[in-house]
Amino acid sequence: MKLLTSCSKLMMGAVIAALVLPFGFARAVDGTLTIVTSYPPATTTTFKKAFEKKFPGVKVEMLKKKTTAGIKYLQETSSNNKSDMFWASAPDAFEVLKGDNLLVRYDVKVKGIPEKVGSFPVNDPDGYYKGFAASGYGIMWNTRYLKAKKLPVATEWAHLKNPIYQGHVGMSAPSRSGTTHLTVETLIQGLGWDKGWAEWKAIAGNFKTITARSFGVPDGVNSGQFGLGIVIDFFGLSSKASGFPVDYSYPKLTTLVPANIAIVKNAPNAKAAAAFIEFLMSTQGQELLLDPKIRRLPVNPATYAKAPEGFPNPFKDSSIGAAVKFDLGLSKSRYNVVNSLFDVMITYRIDELRAAVKAVQDAKAAMAGKSNEDAAKLIDEAEALINKMPITETKASEKDFASIFKKKRKKASTKITGRQAEVEGGWDSMVKVNYAKAVELANKAKSML
Amino acid sequence: MAVLSTSERGPAAVGLVIAVLLALFLLIPVLKVVYVAFLDANTGELTLINFQDFFASSLFRESFYNSLYVAAMSVVFASLIALPLAYFTTRFNFSGAIIIQTLGIIPLIMPPFVGAVAMKLLFGSNGSVNLLLEEYFGIVIPFMEGLNGVILVESIHYFPFILINLSAALINIDRSMEESAQNLGSHGFRMFRRIVFPLAMPGFLAGAALVFIKVFDDLGTPLLLDVNKMLAPQAYLRITSIGISDPMGYVISVILIAFSLLSLYVSLMAMRGKDYATAQKGGGGLSKRDLKPWEKVATYALVLFILVIVLSPHLGLLLLSFGTVWSFAVLPDGYTFEHYFKVASEASQYITNTLLYAGIAALFDVILGTAIAYIVFRTKLMGRKWLDYGATMALAVPGVVLGIGYLRTFYTVNVPFVDQPLATWWVIIVIALTVRRLPYALRSCVAAIQQVSVMLEEAAENLGATKGRTVMRIVVPLMSGGILAGFVTSFATASVELSATIMLVSRESDAPLAFGIYEFMQSASGRGPGAALGMIAVVLVGLGTYFSHKIIERTEKRRSSDRPVNEEARA
Repeated sequence: MKLLTSCSKLMMGAVIAALVLPFGFARAVDGTLTIVTSYPPATTTTFKKAFEKKFPGVKVEMLKKKTTAGIKYLQETSSNNKSDMFWASAPDAFEVLKGDNLLVRYDVKVKGIPEKVGSFPVNDPDGYYKGFAASGYGIMWNTRYLKAKKLPVATEWAHLKNPIYQGHVGMSAPSRSGTTHLTVETLIQGLGWDKGWAEWKAIAGNFKTITARSFGVPDGVNSGQFGLGIVIDFFGLSSKASGFPVDYSYPKLTTLVPANIAIVKNAPNAKAAAAFIEFLMSTQGQELLLDPKIRRLPVNPATYAKAPEGFPNPFKDSSIGAAVKFDLGLSKSRYNVVNSLFDVMITYRIDELRAAVKAVQDAKAAMAGKSNEDAAKLIDEAEALINKMPITETKASEKDFASIFKKKRKKASTKITGRQAEVEGGWDSMVKVNYAKAVELANKAKSML
Repeated sequence: MAVLSTSERGPAAVGLVIAVLLALFLLIPVLKVVYVAFLDANTGELTLINFQDFFASSLFRESFYNSLYVAAMSVVFASLIALPLAYFTTRFNFSGAIIIQTLGIIPLIMPPFVGAVAMKLLFGSNGSVNLLLEEYFGIVIPFMEGLNGVILVESIHYFPFILINLSAALINIDRSMEESAQNLGSHGFRMFRRIVFPLAMPGFLAGAALVFIKVFDDLGTPLLLDVNKMLAPQAYLRITSIGISDPMGYVISVILIAFSLLSLYVSLMAMRGKDYATAQKGGGGLSKRDLKPWEKVATYALVLFILVIVLSPHLGLLLLSFGTVWSFAVLPDGYTFEHYFKVASEASQYITNTLLYAGIAALFDVILGTAIAYIVFRTKLMGRKWLDYGATMALAVPGVVLGIGYLRTFYTVNVPFVDQPLATWWVIIVIALTVRRLPYALRSCVAAIQQVSVMLEEAAENLGATKGRTVMRIVVPLMSGGILAGFVTSFATASVELSATIMLVSRESDAPLAFGIYEFMQSASGRGPGAALGMIAVVLVGLGTYFSHKIIERTEKRRSSDRPVNEEARA
């Protein structure tokens, strides 16, 4: 098949090169299944090969898009839809498509898949999209790195605040990856708005870097650029399976979320699409998830019998992903605002934030074992300045305010006051001044001790 | 408009077609992007408010300064690398000069982001070099931290632009100038500083301007090094994470284009000076002299040192492609051929796609380049210079901007028969590559046509050949060396292009090599195969460059042996 396409392409090239009018591809063979997906080649080719082997008449074509770009693609092509399925991780992406009436209901025939994984329902209660695997966020670390630097393993988010990890931690920005967003939101929902953000800033103070791509984090831990990374489970598990000296663990406060698949409305090949869903849920499909290159948590509990030793099992180990009741509606109402806040306060001001957090850490270290009320007060003030939020929780979810950050005006007549760049500019100036002042206060406190 | 003579009608029609193509695939998409920067996102009215927001934001101001700083520093470091290489290979009888000139160009044919991955493993804070330094000396040098890393990777990648232009300029310097200076008592470094370097200035400036533009626009390197407080990454991050309708991405694009045009303008002015300098040529190029033994040792040591640094990304990539696991260690744990087998079995379509796309693009580039060069230098058509300027403008347009422009312009254009938008059809990738690499091919073609004597064409026409026949039988064959050089430059650089293609690839089966490498590098098990694919690209394109050198050399030789005949004809 591959040879065939490259041949026809070569022919096309010759035709074009000869400056003759292109007369186009031969019409696609009956049975082409077009899947819009955000998954890497390791996952897509494995499933494509197995599925094509099982259904020799079907040719699977994967359209690679980042999740957000995939949504946009399906929205823009809906009038003349050529895609059969959407296959990605973040449930909120499927919510958006469902809301735009771009998906169709489907009932899975395979039996044996439970209602819930962690505290999250496996399938969309309305029946539009189906969970085929679960994933949660956690911490991965490089064992060689930690040994060489004589650092302990961190297994809880709070551990990462410890000053010993200064410059050893990496993470991606929530605006760059849907799953990172989920982690940020989980912690904020679990600890509350102000405390949650304070926790993130304290952790970020130890960051070595904030990667622009979500894979930058496991890549950095694997190669030993930094020792610990905040990553989605399959990055950690598949890195370990590929032979890197790394390990992975779930903190208590994590959300297990299903990764999903759905059939697009007016799918040209709905039959093959249905077959693909059934295949994904079947014993064979679920076992493919355990492939060392993929390593996602299957949703069928029976599959775990085949899993390698030490592979996490959320259906047995009830501590994974049970501590928070994740509120999808709340997350949706402030999705872009949270991303933007993280970028303004942390991603783009990481140097300033690091300096402020380090100054406070140093002052606290100097304070250890001593009592000095004035110094303690200064340190508290410095911490309060770092943690000060530009907006309240209520404001973040306010419809009028959140719409400034909306990706698109629905209608030309919609009037929105305020521009995102303007609002962010305001936050940025405030944050920058506060971080600088925090450094000053903390240094002053330290000099008093 | 003046009535065209019969002989000008053909070229005029061709010129018109080229102008339309340039408008359609360069001007309109870019203007679409520029236009959005001046729109109020909330009301849809024309406004300057977005620019006000840009300069009011301290984040954007810092990004702007950082981009300027990185571009300027990269020019400085690239010059430090290129200057000795160019100087020693052109001024002295130095064995291996051709090897140095070829090796010196190899960095250009590796996608910069691949270089960044390899450099991180070697020079990162826990890379091989720093692990050794820490073990034996207890120090760590932050080569790759923040802006330093970007400057290091960029100057290693782009210094060949300065090397090529500076070498050409040095070779072209009139020997009599140097001799006059010597007669007046100048020598050594003083002569280099006061006479040789100023005379080579236009060539140096042309190269420096290119480096400046390329670094200023580059997206992949800062992105891979996680440096986001620069303009190109900010534009990319804004557009991909906030959405294609966020005006800030477009404002940044406009600023990128404006600065690139400015530096291009400066270099064009400098190039004019160069024409003037070579017009009054006396005898030959700079005289080459032999080095004293100790000088030779010192020179070799310096050149070797520079080459080791320059080729370190390739060394890193080579280790990565053969290594099993490489983690927090000076060298990989073990070695294997597995990654190459994997690539051969799974990724062959990336290679065929690249050969196809870059091949077609380079073919179109030399056809367009030859046509433009002919129209500019052999006709008196109105506005002919603008074809040259228009095509050259593509240099100033960042790949991301062109990609976004295509998405905006051609998403609604459905291709008949194929029945999909032009923006998602694989041909759009070829078009993008053609437009982006046209300036390179054009320069080679312009140089080639300037070396063809008009008299030969006049002779052919006097003997009754038509214009078309003259072009096909006389001009093009005589330009063949330059055209081939143009083809290879376009082909080599097009096959490692990522910034525009990353926006335009819509399905895996259409993806070219650079995209394939990028995709592979996004999973833990794909790092080795990605590196293997990168090595294949380097070898493939390296061979292309080598053969182009051979061909150019051969035609040069032929030309010089032809010269006496020419000279006689002139007399």
